[in-house]
Amino acid sequence: MSEPTSLDTDQPLLVAEGLAKNYGQLAACRDVSFSLYPGEVLAIVGESGSGKSTLLQLLSAQLAPSAGRVSYRMRDEVLRDLAELGEAERRFLFRTDWGYVHQDPAQGLRMAVSAGANVGERLMAVGWNHYGRIRDTASGWLERVEIDVGRIDDAPRTYSGGMRQRLQIARNLVTEPRLVFMDEPTGGLDVSVQARLLDLMRNLVSELGLAAIVVTHDLAVARLLSHRVMVMKGGRVIETGLTDQVLDDPCEPYTQLLVSSILPP
Amino acid sequence: MTAMIDIANAEKTFTMHLQGGVELPVVRGVSFHVEPGECVVLSGPSGAGKSSILKMIFGNYRCDGGRIGIRHQGAVIDLATAEPRLVLSVRRSTIGYVSQFLRAVPRVPTTDVVAEPLTVNGVAREEARERAGRLLRRLNIPERLWCLPPSTFSGGEQQRVNIARGFISDLPILLLDEPTASLDAANRAVVVELIAEKKKRGVAMVAIVHDDEIRHLIADRIVDVTSFAAAA
Repeated sequence: MSEPTSLDTDQPLLVAEGLAKNYGQLAACRDVSFSLYPGEVLAIVGESGSGKSTLLQLLSAQLAPSAGRVSYRMRDEVLRDLAELGEAERRFLFRTDWGYVHQDPAQGLRMAVSAGANVGERLMAVGWNHYGRIRDTASGWLERVEIDVGRIDDAPRTYSGGMRQRLQIARNLVTEPRLVFMDEPTGGLDVSVQARLLDLMRNLVSELGLAAIVVTHDLAVARLLSHRVMVMKGGRVIETGLTDQVLDDPCEPYTQLLVSSILPP
Repeated sequence: MTAMIDIANAEKTFTMHLQGGVELPVVRGVSFHVEPGECVVLSGPSGAGKSSILKMIFGNYRCDGGRIGIRHQGAVIDLATAEPRLVLSVRRSTIGYVSQFLRAVPRVPTTDVVAEPLTVNGVAREEARERAGRLLRRLNIPERLWCLPPSTFSGGEQQRVNIARGFISDLPILLLDEPTASLDAANRAVVVELIAEKKKRGVAMVAIVHDDEIRHLIADRIVDVTSFAAAA
């Protein structure tokens, strides 16, 4: 029985092997292994303290693992251990090839400079220097994330929470990253604003063919955005699979508890 | 095999951990096949496991044993053991599914809900929308509703949107879970027509229908699910 060739030739973008992180006696994250493919959206779900945010930091090289490793396929197609990258390569990842969307937009934006500069800054960091082109690209991105271009010179501290989050997304996507990390991207927003943001993210991810790793405690977010889901508890991945399969046919006691705890609207 | 679907000894049990680990056997020894251009109707009383079998074929429910052979892109794969990426690929290019209830994304207009199975396969948005419009018109969804998200529609309208979404693409396998349940006679007739057209194109279908008249009109073969009952 052979698998279709399109899958055989596909190479993973990011590979985690035996990842662990200990804080003294506390094992915040234990033995996590998985592969993420280009264009694939993976949701990491679990309650507070389950280790999902620690895992996201390990995967995005913001935290050094106590054991195991993370490898990433650079644009030259070579899979490289993140711990062994040089400073220039790390900078390339953070500034260009990766995006990181924080739960609190204030952490991912510069609140006192204009929206246009927030988006343009990432372009300048990769060598763009033509003011007109930078401004055009920035306005194009504001439109894509449904921000009135008339607000391009305003600083994000004058924006609403939903607008700030959309601006943070524009700032991240402007360099055409191949992988975006998202930490509770809809966390601090009203429900109506959440739906709009989710729909926007869903479209952008599929139009741009982005791979994404989304940490969320909200199973509805996982269902809407992700192809695959990993359920975490006590620092371990306890269940993993196709998102609708895990949510509609959960096997582990804890996953069944999570799924059955959703309140009907 | 020439069959599009070839299921052998598939079984499914739910373990309810929140109810003290009670085991709920659903089906066992599920074996049947579906040829191209054939509509197989699953029969049996409510709770016999018909919908569960459809969900297993779609990869929505896990299969605890046996084999679900699916002809996919010229090869035969076992959906019961396929990794998630392969299941997604099967759903994109081989198996369509009309579920009992529409699960729509907030904010997405009806036309785009219907057109999505085409756009994910690379059909241009304009062409996909035009084909969506044609199907919505056939299914008597008034044009003024097309730009609205279907979440506010009546049950029958939502079901027709769901049917349009399921029938729009040219996938070789189609699973239908009570596609006519809340439709009036005129719209039921449209669905019967759509099914006949799919058969002509060689699409293999598995359907659940409770209406005897509809079943008589669409079924080439009936598989009685009670023989797969897994009562312990």
